[in-house]
Amino acid sequence: MEFDFPEDIVALRDVVRKFAAEEIRPQAREWDRDQLVPDEMVARLGQELGVLGVLTPERYGGLGLGYLANAVVIEELARQDGGLALLVAAHNGLAQSQINLAGNEEQKQKYLPKLAGGDWLCAWGLTEPNCGSDAAALQSRAERSGDGWRLTGHKMFITNALRAQVFVIIARTDPALGIKGISAFIVERGDEGFTVGTKEDKLGMRSSDTMALDFEDVYVGPERLLGELNMGYVDALRVLERGRVAIGALSVGLARGCIEEAAEYSNQRTTFGKPLSKHQAIQHKLADMVTNFEAARLLVYDAAATLDRGENAKLKACLGKLFASEIATRAGLEAVQILGGYGYSKDFPVERYLRDAKLCEIGEGSSEVQRMIIARELLSGAAV
Amino acid sequence: MRDAVRSFCDGVVAPRAAQRDEEGCFEDGLVEQLAELGLFGTYIPEEFGGTGLDVMTYIMTVEELSRACGATGILVSAHHSLCVDPILNYGSLEQKQKYLPKLASGEWIGCYSLTEPGSGSDAGAASCMAVADGDGWRINGTKCFVTNGLQAHVIVLFAVTDPDDPRHRMSAFIVEKDTPGCSIGKVEKKLGIRASSTTELVFEDCVVPREALLGQRGRGLAIALGTLDGGRLGVASQAIGISQAALDCSLAYSQERVQFGRPISSFQEIQWKLADMAVEIAAARALVYRGAWLKQNRKPYSVEAAMAKLLASEASSRITNAALQVYGGYGYCVDYPAERLLRDAKITELYEGTSEIQRLVVARQIVTDPKWVARG
Repeated sequence: MEFDFPEDIVALRDVVRKFAAEEIRPQAREWDRDQLVPDEMVARLGQELGVLGVLTPERYGGLGLGYLANAVVIEELARQDGGLALLVAAHNGLAQSQINLAGNEEQKQKYLPKLAGGDWLCAWGLTEPNCGSDAAALQSRAERSGDGWRLTGHKMFITNALRAQVFVIIARTDPALGIKGISAFIVERGDEGFTVGTKEDKLGMRSSDTMALDFEDVYVGPERLLGELNMGYVDALRVLERGRVAIGALSVGLARGCIEEAAEYSNQRTTFGKPLSKHQAIQHKLADMVTNFEAARLLVYDAAATLDRGENAKLKACLGKLFASEIATRAGLEAVQILGGYGYSKDFPVERYLRDAKLCEIGEGSSEVQRMIIARELLSGAAV
Repeated sequence: MRDAVRSFCDGVVAPRAAQRDEEGCFEDGLVEQLAELGLFGTYIPEEFGGTGLDVMTYIMTVEELSRACGATGILVSAHHSLCVDPILNYGSLEQKQKYLPKLASGEWIGCYSLTEPGSGSDAGAASCMAVADGDGWRINGTKCFVTNGLQAHVIVLFAVTDPDDPRHRMSAFIVEKDTPGCSIGKVEKKLGIRASSTTELVFEDCVVPREALLGQRGRGLAIALGTLDGGRLGVASQAIGISQAALDCSLAYSQERVQFGRPISSFQEIQWKLADMAVEIAAARALVYRGAWLKQNRKPYSVEAAMAKLLASEASSRITNAALQVYGGYGYCVDYPAERLLRDAKITELYEGTSEIQRLVVARQIVTDPKWVARG
């Protein structure tokens, strides 16, 4: 068991941390208000930091550093802005991941260098208006048409759809086969019949765009089938496992932001003749926030390291995501409480962290789905 | 090692856990069997007769023992973390040579004595005195809540040597229990860990030689608190072992018990409890392992140990309570393990620093350095 980071991850973390504090922090409030991260910032993430290709191997233009590095990057970004971290988490961990996991050589060569370098953003479409947690009930169809397929259906809550050039879309190819009749397709912006809807107006993660997608008889050629026919749902579950680790890391970053902001504030604010930080009521809140944060981070790192070793991380990813997202929301509530009226105001970032954290209990599988999977794993003999 | 301990636990420790609890004592032969496995000296170096393994292995053995029986877990943890460890860390070569081989072999059991009737969390306010007397020390006072008080031969004792020096009031001593003037006082009857002994130790003009001083004079409180850091990893592991037992039996029972025509494990109400147990066990274990790794690598770990104990102990009370709920009315009866696990879990929130003290330790760190959480 190892608790030290490799040097390359430490170096990347320090670069991202500095960038986040200097370049992201001053603008995050504006992005939250305007519901948009400027294009220029997305470009800098790709070109200056290389963090839009952390998981993609170097031969396809990525950093090739793996899931632990990806978790560390997302934590550092989320420490300042959850929405920007979500943009990166979704870009790296969902569509780009599925191309890495299931793509053929041509697909990898065509898409990965542009995605890893940040020239193109990507988005992943599983959720539909009528199926969220029950993802296997999806209704989007892909029907054979000549050599290729015609896609019909609606996708919902799609992160990065505003700017994405590349979409990985999960659709039913053989309705009679249930989850063994679902496949994944690469759809490009501009494909005929494919339209991107309006942006959702959300509680939090506002700097990250969330949109609906419509497919009306969208023809895709045979080169757009991603992975094996009818194996799309199986691949999607593998992607989700990885996505959960990323959302866990995002939660950890938000919780850290809450702790750092609240602890600093508690040293400056005086009540009853002494700093807030000298009152046990405040100390105990901070102690609980820190303890939960530390445990959450270790769970997420452990899940990430497990993926990096090529081992099954299904249970660990759920444990980390569930624990981290729930403690992040609690940390957000407590940070707002410690800052009192100022915490409720947008002059301090903690109310934004709280709003951002709430999404982590919902996205990439709600807490309820995590518990369902964990219980199922335990009841079929998996050890904690 | 872990496998050997697990099979010993399944075969010997677990089957008699309920009886031990009922009788309020360890059965004859248990200490000898633990000793045979080397569990009284897991990380004592081989040159001092120990098993020569690392802290991580030790922590895992405490968890395994506690999964089988919480009282047996603390018998080993108090001996190793609270008596062996300070002798390893602060003892002279002579002290190590004299005590460690017999502690490692289980011939002597160890204990730690800091708490007094009037000083628990406020350990620095102890009043048991050790006054220089000729070539040694004369000890007077009453200590309480000493784990292993009945079994122990070797006491790591903290007493006031310099009452007028607030920074160096106390010193640590190694006292053998058969020293004249040292006796066992009240033996506590407790809610849980009933087989583990918890006693008063009474010192009446108990004279110990100069060589009984452990570490430097005046460093007693620092030694006491530094030792508790390690002890907290042991207690956290004990809590996790108890929690794991609660999860294991809940999983088994929920699949056997049929209500409304199906096993209760098929109901989400029960599944949620199982999932919540698992996530808290995983979280607490991650903290304990990291703490043990830091201790093993001689890095600072006191805040990490406090967090591990805080989360593990409070989780164990929640987890064992949930387990009892899974069993329903049967869980309230002694025929099933849940009520014992709940009673055993509660102690972990109290000894070797209450949850309130752990929160003070963590809070002090974060308000002193708000960026501490950003470290790797």
